[in-house]
Amino acid sequence: MAIAERDATGRTGAAGASGADGRAGRRGRGSRLARLRRDWVLLALMAPGVAYFLVFHYGALAGNVIAFKDYVPFDGLWASQWVGLDNFRAMFGDPAFWSAVLNTVWIALLQLVFFFPVPIGLAMLLHSLTRDSVRRFVQSVAYLPHFLSWVIVVAVFQQVLGETGLLNNVLGDAHLHTVDIIGNPTAFKPLVIAEVIWKDCGWGTIIFLAALTQVDEQQYEAAAIDGAGPWRRFWHITLPSVRPIIVLLLIMRLGDILSVGFEQMLLQRASVGPDAAEVIDTFVYYKGLVGGDYGYAAAAGLFKGVVGAVLVFTANKVAHRLGEQGVYR
Amino acid sequence: MSSVPQSLRRTRSDRPRTAPRRPVRPAWVEQPRPATQAAKAVALAAVVLLVTVPFLIIVSTSFASNADVVAGGGWVLWPEHPTLRAYHELFDGGIVTHALWVSAGVTAVGTAASLACTIGLAYALSRRDVFAGKPILLLILFTFLFPPGMIPGFLLVKGLHLLDSYGSLVAPVLVNVFNLVVLRGFFQSVPEELYEAARLDGAGEWLILRRIVLPLSKAALAVVGLFYAVSYWNAWFYASIYLDSDHWPLQQVLRTYVVGGSQLADSSVGDASAVAAPQTIQMAVLVVATVPILLVYPFLQKYFTKGVLTGAVKS
Repeated sequence: MAIAERDATGRTGAAGASGADGRAGRRGRGSRLARLRRDWVLLALMAPGVAYFLVFHYGALAGNVIAFKDYVPFDGLWASQWVGLDNFRAMFGDPAFWSAVLNTVWIALLQLVFFFPVPIGLAMLLHSLTRDSVRRFVQSVAYLPHFLSWVIVVAVFQQVLGETGLLNNVLGDAHLHTVDIIGNPTAFKPLVIAEVIWKDCGWGTIIFLAALTQVDEQQYEAAAIDGAGPWRRFWHITLPSVRPIIVLLLIMRLGDILSVGFEQMLLQRASVGPDAAEVIDTFVYYKGLVGGDYGYAAAAGLFKGVVGAVLVFTANKVAHRLGEQGVYR
Repeated sequence: MSSVPQSLRRTRSDRPRTAPRRPVRPAWVEQPRPATQAAKAVALAAVVLLVTVPFLIIVSTSFASNADVVAGGGWVLWPEHPTLRAYHELFDGGIVTHALWVSAGVTAVGTAASLACTIGLAYALSRRDVFAGKPILLLILFTFLFPPGMIPGFLLVKGLHLLDSYGSLVAPVLVNVFNLVVLRGFFQSVPEELYEAARLDGAGEWLILRRIVLPLSKAALAVVGLFYAVSYWNAWFYASIYLDSDHWPLQQVLRTYVVGGSQLADSSVGDASAVAAPQTIQMAVLVVATVPILLVYPFLQKYFTKGVLTGAVKS
């Protein structure tokens, strides 16, 4: 019975009459047909979802060929002229493109330094609370902004920090200098980071809190009895327990380094101008959907996709070298 | 039936605790210094205030009278003469009312369609030996690593003649890979014995899914459903590129008239002489766009801490 169970874990459909031969003949042709017949309900359940991925992901992925074409809407995708790498050549020679790349990487790095550690710290603070009711209340409040759209978040920031907003009214009432934050290109990058922190630092704590609660309390107790103070317990128990998660999130962040908050940037680009707010995604948007230069914009998008995939792949390899779990094996 | 999910959840819960968390600190922990305690309290208060105060201002301003707004210089912390005028004007028909219906409809239909497709995929892919399961899973996970890009996506939607139809807000984002992984992870935790027992009783896949797996996965379904609903409710970018302004959902209206600073057209807000200050109207739109989320949030947030998400993230 134990063996049969192990054989049939996952799929017990073959249990019963065909249980014995289900595994032996799995590689055979007949059994494939048998499995197909056996699984048709499951396949039917999957069909709409699989069709979605084929059409809207792989179909669209195939559409990237226009990066190698001079796309003319009137001619359509297939009749447009092949131009080889012309779009890429134009792109690499375009200072506007490099400015967008620079902005993207710059904002991503600022986020890494100033946003990434905040949820870790907040999670540790929340975890250290002894009163569950307080912790749960703060958690509920802090998660909330994650569920608001970027439109709302940007509107809230305008309302609080804008020219006629809360902050400037308070400063004005106190006869202090008002500050010019919204619509000011030099203040834009700190503003963007502040918005990300406001929206997502609470939500970001979830995964760290889960890791922290998994630590066996006895480890802390044993360490304390051996004379380890709060800092040493933090350094030797708490920190190692969240390290795999930190590595995992860093890898995912790295793969995403070329796509920083597209909606967030698009919403505010008009008020500060492209020099401060153009990132690769908005570059693609303005070149392609606004400017109509589809082939060129698709080339920039494809560049971003390829670099992102290579970065994730590399980071995952490095993580494995360092003995971490990484994202996938 | 409700006792089973409880026990299920406990097996995948975060902490192997035997009793509820002790309200007092264990004996081996040093008594914290007052300075530390105070610093913590300040930090927590700051977090709570930073989130709540902007909301308070927005809600207050939306209820404020014109005089309040002028006196406050554009914003109001507590309206002296509260009025519903801004809301009357918004709901008098016109752009915002229409957009509200669009958003509600897209959210309802989209969430239902997404949940159905995600459940189908997650259930089939949670069975280890399913025909073609491995290649299909890889096919799907690869899209996570390499998204297709904005321009090809736009041309595809255009090619499928979905422009200016509400389908363009749902079809291109039908299944979210993260939600799929969460749900699949949860389905996989359903004990194998339940399948065997059901099968011995003659139940087919369809019956097992409906009568055993789905009732056991209410927590995960609630979370995934919330994620879908929120993303449909909050979506504006696709609306801005796929739809003309007659089809706009609420967030796109909000984007244009609040973030973009355009005035709502006079025709949309009724009698121009009775118009409330633009500030209050803008804030009222903001409130209308936020309230549905505030309403469902308390019912669902308890699931977030229950390991529903993190269990899947780890796998």
